[in-house]
Amino acid sequence: MPINILMPALSPTMTEGTLAKWLKKEGDAIKSGDILAEIETDKATMEYEAVDEGVLGKILVPAGTSGVAVNTPIGVILEEGEDASAISAPVAPKPVAAAPVAAAPAPVTAAPAAPVAPIVAHGDRVFATPLARRIAKDAGLDLKGVAGSGPHGRIVKQDVESAVAAGPAPKPAAAAAPLAAAPAPAFGPAYTEVPLTSMRKVIAQRLTEAKQTVPHFYLTVDCQLDKLLALRTDLNGRSDDYKLSVNDFIIRAVALALKKVPAANASFTDTAIRMYSDIDVSVAVATPAGLITPIVKHADQKGLAAISSEMKVLAGKAKDGKLKPEEFQGGTFTISNLGMFGVKEFAAIINPPQGCILAIGAGEQRSVVKDGALAIATVMSCTLSVDHRVVDGAVGAEFLAAFKKLVEEPLTMLL
Amino acid sequence: MSDTNFDIVIIGGGPGGYVAAIRAAQLGLKTAVVEREHLGGICLNWGCIPTKALLRSADVYRNFKHAASYGLAAEGISYDLAKIVARSRGVSAQLQAGVKHLLKKNKVTVFEGQGKLAGKGKVSVTAKDGKPVAELAAKHIILATGARARNLPGMEPDGRLVWSYKEALVPDVVPKRLLVVGSGAIGIEFASFFNALGSDVTVVEALDRVLPVEDAEISAFAHKAFEKQGMKIIAGASVKSLNKTGTEVTVTIEAGGKPQAITVDRVIMAVGIVGNVENLGLEGTKVQVDRTHVLVNQWLETGEPGVYAIGDIAGAPWLAHKASHEGVICVEKIAGLKDVHPLNIRNIPGCTYCHPQVASVGLTEAKAKEKGYSLKVGRFPFAGNGKAIALGEAEGLVKTIFDAKTGELLGAHMVGAEVTEMIQGYMVAKTLETTEEDLMHAVFPHPTLSEMMHEAVLDAYGKAIHF
Repeated sequence: MPINILMPALSPTMTEGTLAKWLKKEGDAIKSGDILAEIETDKATMEYEAVDEGVLGKILVPAGTSGVAVNTPIGVILEEGEDASAISAPVAPKPVAAAPVAAAPAPVTAAPAAPVAPIVAHGDRVFATPLARRIAKDAGLDLKGVAGSGPHGRIVKQDVESAVAAGPAPKPAAAAAPLAAAPAPAFGPAYTEVPLTSMRKVIAQRLTEAKQTVPHFYLTVDCQLDKLLALRTDLNGRSDDYKLSVNDFIIRAVALALKKVPAANASFTDTAIRMYSDIDVSVAVATPAGLITPIVKHADQKGLAAISSEMKVLAGKAKDGKLKPEEFQGGTFTISNLGMFGVKEFAAIINPPQGCILAIGAGEQRSVVKDGALAIATVMSCTLSVDHRVVDGAVGAEFLAAFKKLVEEPLTMLL
Repeated sequence: MSDTNFDIVIIGGGPGGYVAAIRAAQLGLKTAVVEREHLGGICLNWGCIPTKALLRSADVYRNFKHAASYGLAAEGISYDLAKIVARSRGVSAQLQAGVKHLLKKNKVTVFEGQGKLAGKGKVSVTAKDGKPVAELAAKHIILATGARARNLPGMEPDGRLVWSYKEALVPDVVPKRLLVVGSGAIGIEFASFFNALGSDVTVVEALDRVLPVEDAEISAFAHKAFEKQGMKIIAGASVKSLNKTGTEVTVTIEAGGKPQAITVDRVIMAVGIVGNVENLGLEGTKVQVDRTHVLVNQWLETGEPGVYAIGDIAGAPWLAHKASHEGVICVEKIAGLKDVHPLNIRNIPGCTYCHPQVASVGLTEAKAKEKGYSLKVGRFPFAGNGKAIALGEAEGLVKTIFDAKTGELLGAHMVGAEVTEMIQGYMVAKTLETTEEDLMHAVFPHPTLSEMMHEAVLDAYGKAIHF
């Protein structure tokens, strides 16, 4: 039997992707582990490894095709002794050449509003019976998108069989295609259009969803930075092995504050508040392609130097588009820092399904009143955006107080 | 006069009805059970339980007779049939009282009498003598009236020479020569019992083999074992007529086109069951009856809104545990619980307490093939198991059937000592949808008979260790 190569779901949120490039030609021998193709996902370009062995019998979806739905057959591997005639004609539903802009989630992948995290992450286990897992694996089906009908929503054999029978998700018709439409109005200003990248589409979709569906509220606090800056200069002077940034201190302070106030380290789901057992801090990084949030995992268990060097590696990878999905998906709390651009303060949009995001402004000298007298201090304004469904005002305030204390008494975060 | 308004009224207090009632009460529903004869139903009073008590006596007796093989001496071994029967009745009585207590504890009201639908949301209860007992109003009515033995025309039990299960459970004699018609669970259990007590037993089965619902290999294994014990088995035979004289019955059967006459002292008729669908007031309702069974959907709902049916009256398999489980599903659905799941018939095990015992769950090898699966079949004989040999029970077989493609355990079939206690392991495995891999990874305790269950899985994949 020829084996279909299916469009992989390289991230849990991925419903479609662009087949950027084939690295094998028809007729090439394929070994398990060979890189078959490059797939542009919603966040990055990823290599697609072969699982099965044989000969690449046919390429069904040519390189450069965008909007290929997950699980669409993109090629066929022939096993030993089979020739191309074994490929029965319409193996695949015709891939859509010109991708519709609006990609509603396909039925098969109509997942519960699960946090964006790999299967291994706590609190995001896929519950499925061994038999369901086996059948899904053999069919190349991602269980993340399958709704379970068993006890407590466990995915059972029948669910997988129905999902497999339903086949690759049909492409929804473009609901509204604002880009493709809109011919230039006759008297409008001149412009050029930059086509949306997959990443830009995801940013647009997720942030719109966040701002429209998550009831945000905002809490702002000023933190005096002088002690922190002095400590940073001191520590950086002691070794050339590390160069701590203010942001590294902030990551650690956030992690420790979350440990103190675990209620802020949580997500809202339709049925429960999900309290995360790990503290994984997402840090927003601007890249030429757009915003991405690599994660410092278990940040509460890492020292400043470890955080610092990890952050450098992650930021470097982010700028090169080389982050692996597990390095930017998941996370339980986000920090967005625009201080380096001189922004005084701002309110960030929550990165769902997380419950909070902390926006860091610039540290600047301001006049403050100390002991009844005017004085000068370096002050940084921090604004916490909070999902009110998960975190109430008092909890948010408690978190900010803990954070402020750590920043203003930085020795305490060395404990 | 007690209250007559209920959330649920259940007609029939057998293993379907009383379990449904307790579950309903747990869920806060005001519940009543209408029972015409005895709480616990046939199962507890005239079926599963008292036969197990009789068969236990037979087992102990058999072991006594084999005392020498264990290095023991026992002389003058005999039995007192009246006391065996009395013990069996005592067991039933004890459990019946237990059910009564459970219902009381859960505040389920019990009405004694014949229950009948009497208009929408109404049940009338009538005593045996025809006097009205109560008129009940209920939002939901569950029919759980069970089933009774099927009779062949002209061969109806007379309580004297021709017995049904009821007479066979309280025998006044151990017949010298006994003919059992039907080799399903009921027939073969009585055959086993009377054979152990010394009857000369002949079993007639209309289908081509004994225990016809079991896997053919298990059935053949049991057949041999029965014959070794001195039972005579005539399969593929139909009973043409019964001629009763004062003390004997001459039964004419036809097997392979040839008629033959067998003269015996007693006949036990065990040719299946029919549902108790009569006198329930179903006429004029939308409850649909197919032959003797009420048609229900996966939530046990009949065609009539607010009327449900569970257990034997709702169709095969006719097993107490199926009835109980349906009762729970039905009631939980009525109560609006979210995590309710329909019954998967393939995961209901069946147990027969003949000697050797037979137990199975899921598809037989033939059925699995018929359904187009490609199979991996594993077998492990009792003779390869240390515990079985130590027990002196080295006769038996465990057989597993897997879907070669997915590793799904399609069926498991066992014959031999204590297999009725072991089948639950495969039932749990099937219910949780394990694959062969999970079963292989499971560590089975040594030394136990259950190790054979592991080995039979390993054998399906050519990995059995001890055989």
